[in-house]
Amino acid sequence: MKKNDKTQILSASRRDILKYSGATAATILAAPWVNRAWADTVELNMLSWYGLAEPDMVEEFEAENNVKFKPKYYAGGDNMLAALAQSPAGTFDIIHTDAEYARILIARGDLIDEMDPSDYPFGDMQHEDFKNFPGHWADGKLYSVICRFGHLGVSYNTEAVTHDEAMSYNVFWDSKLTGKVGHFDWHLPSLGEISLLNGNNDPSPFNIDQAAWEAVQAKTLSLKPQVKGFFDYGGTFSSLKNGEILACVGIGDWVTGVVAADGAAVDSVVPDEGGIQWTESYSIVSTSTKKDMANKYIQYALSPAGQVRSANMKAYPGFCVTNAGQEALIKATPDEARRTGQMPGMSNNPITLINEGRIHYRDTPKQQSLEDWNEFWSEYKNA
Amino acid sequence: MSDDTASALAKPATTATKREPWSAYALTWRVPLLIWQFLFFVVPLCFLIYLSFWLVKNYRMIPGFDVVNWVKMYSKGYFWDAYYLTFAMAALATVVTTIVAFPCAYALSFKVSETTRRWAVFFLIIPFFTSYLVRIYAWQVIIAENGVINGLLSYIGLGPFIMLNTKFGTLIGYMALCMPLVVILQTFSMANVDRNLIEAAHNLGCGRLRTVFTVIVPLAKVGLIIGAVFCFILSFGDFVSPYYLGGSRPPTLSILIIDTTKSGQQWPKSAVVAVTMIATLLVVAFAAVATAYRKPK
Repeated sequence: MKKNDKTQILSASRRDILKYSGATAATILAAPWVNRAWADTVELNMLSWYGLAEPDMVEEFEAENNVKFKPKYYAGGDNMLAALAQSPAGTFDIIHTDAEYARILIARGDLIDEMDPSDYPFGDMQHEDFKNFPGHWADGKLYSVICRFGHLGVSYNTEAVTHDEAMSYNVFWDSKLTGKVGHFDWHLPSLGEISLLNGNNDPSPFNIDQAAWEAVQAKTLSLKPQVKGFFDYGGTFSSLKNGEILACVGIGDWVTGVVAADGAAVDSVVPDEGGIQWTESYSIVSTSTKKDMANKYIQYALSPAGQVRSANMKAYPGFCVTNAGQEALIKATPDEARRTGQMPGMSNNPITLINEGRIHYRDTPKQQSLEDWNEFWSEYKNA
Repeated sequence: MSDDTASALAKPATTATKREPWSAYALTWRVPLLIWQFLFFVVPLCFLIYLSFWLVKNYRMIPGFDVVNWVKMYSKGYFWDAYYLTFAMAALATVVTTIVAFPCAYALSFKVSETTRRWAVFFLIIPFFTSYLVRIYAWQVIIAENGVINGLLSYIGLGPFIMLNTKFGTLIGYMALCMPLVVILQTFSMANVDRNLIEAAHNLGCGRLRTVFTVIVPLAKVGLIIGAVFCFILSFGDFVSPYYLGGSRPPTLSILIIDTTKSGQQWPKSAVVAVTMIATLLVVAFAAVATAYRKPK
């Protein structure tokens, strides 16, 4: 009897064959409708920093607009330019970029489209600078729209460094941090912070003459005995979490916010010498065939709902750029709004810090070449 | 041994070295490999060399022929620091891995059953099923200051020892990458050594250690050297270990390539570093292979 049962399981009866054949035929016959449903889904190709096209950012927009995001992630503006150079025209619809690289995209002439300012809530921007952000406009025409930003300063382990100590970049030279200081492995934020420590805040830590540049190099080299290593995002995250480093140069809440949410005792402050602002923006690629949908997404990203998602982005949080976004954030996730100072009247409110003149927008070097800064960075790492 | 016997023994060797005439059959088997190598090694290499002479203006690469990238890169102290460090670390990893792998491979070749050897080789292959990057992240947890090793050592009152983000950390990463491969190559080469020759050495009064160094090592020389060469090649070009276990402090050539591209699309300068690395590896590989196949005088 058992033997017969086993045979039954292994061999299909004539009825089974008919049943499964029918199901297969129905599937094949239904294929055109299935294909049509898929065809209706718009695929938006986005070139961006990691996380911007993850479900926590785009799932709502995808569901409402029958869109599917297809991201290509990069790390660093130069990688973004390389990805663009290596991809045939039409590969991307939206570019999410650091603000200082938006200027380079515009300079290329044919890469990104002019945008209509009336499509975006420029009247509701939290700061006047955001309405006319450097490098986003050319000849009075808009090419790139600010969508989020964050501040870089002193990031530290709160069990090893006090808030007061962290209020100066000099803490990196503290003897108790010898061999415990990490660097985010990118020259612009690290050298920008040391430039600020040297007092180069007028007009900008990135706009310094040769003497000031040499002083920045000397000061940076003096930090080397304190340095544990040079890390990317993942390395910075794990080093702060497992206590390998107790302070880090060149990062801010965009890293420590995530590490703290993971249970580590870390925080970031903008020290008295000032901080650097990273700014991110969206542009529409000239060769895109889905410009309307790309534009619609950028509008969504700047809407209160989009801003709340951006401020809570799992990969790395960013501040809201619109007043409506901040209000929605306070309602939706008040703890996150409080933690990041995004509430009116808080001393670490990002807009207050900008208004106090303590924030400088990250930029490429003005009086030296990017190559000069990078070559020094390589020398420093080898020192 | 008479002269006739000697010449008779020598004959097959002479015949074996005689070059076979080209035939359609032989070409059929050889051509795909040649085409593959040409398309995916020679052509990209030529382009890489050509790229090293291009210029970068306003973040755009301009095709041209200018030696400025070579001059600039070779005149930088940090380039040569990175070069010597990369070479020294790869050489150290090769020596340490070869020495550490040898007893293991010896045991697998001569001291265990065929079944055990098969299982051992299977387990040596298993690490390759996992991403190297993931394995290196696992090593971070193991060798961190608050990691597994220091945690265990603390029970006997030792440590903590700083291993992560040091050259020692880099070396561990290199060994994690290369050790299984080197053990497998050494095992296969020693397992093929003629047991009769080992027995003959013992019968003639040769001790165990002397047999290893005068009989087994010379006979397994090719496999041992090939294993070492693979270790050197993999370590020399590795980016992951020096970055994630060595803390990029100081950087190796592979890290220097990444750093250079971050300075405004300086791919031509990165190409200079890459071509230098390839040239070094070619010299090392050819020298090693020549040594491996050199006939004893």
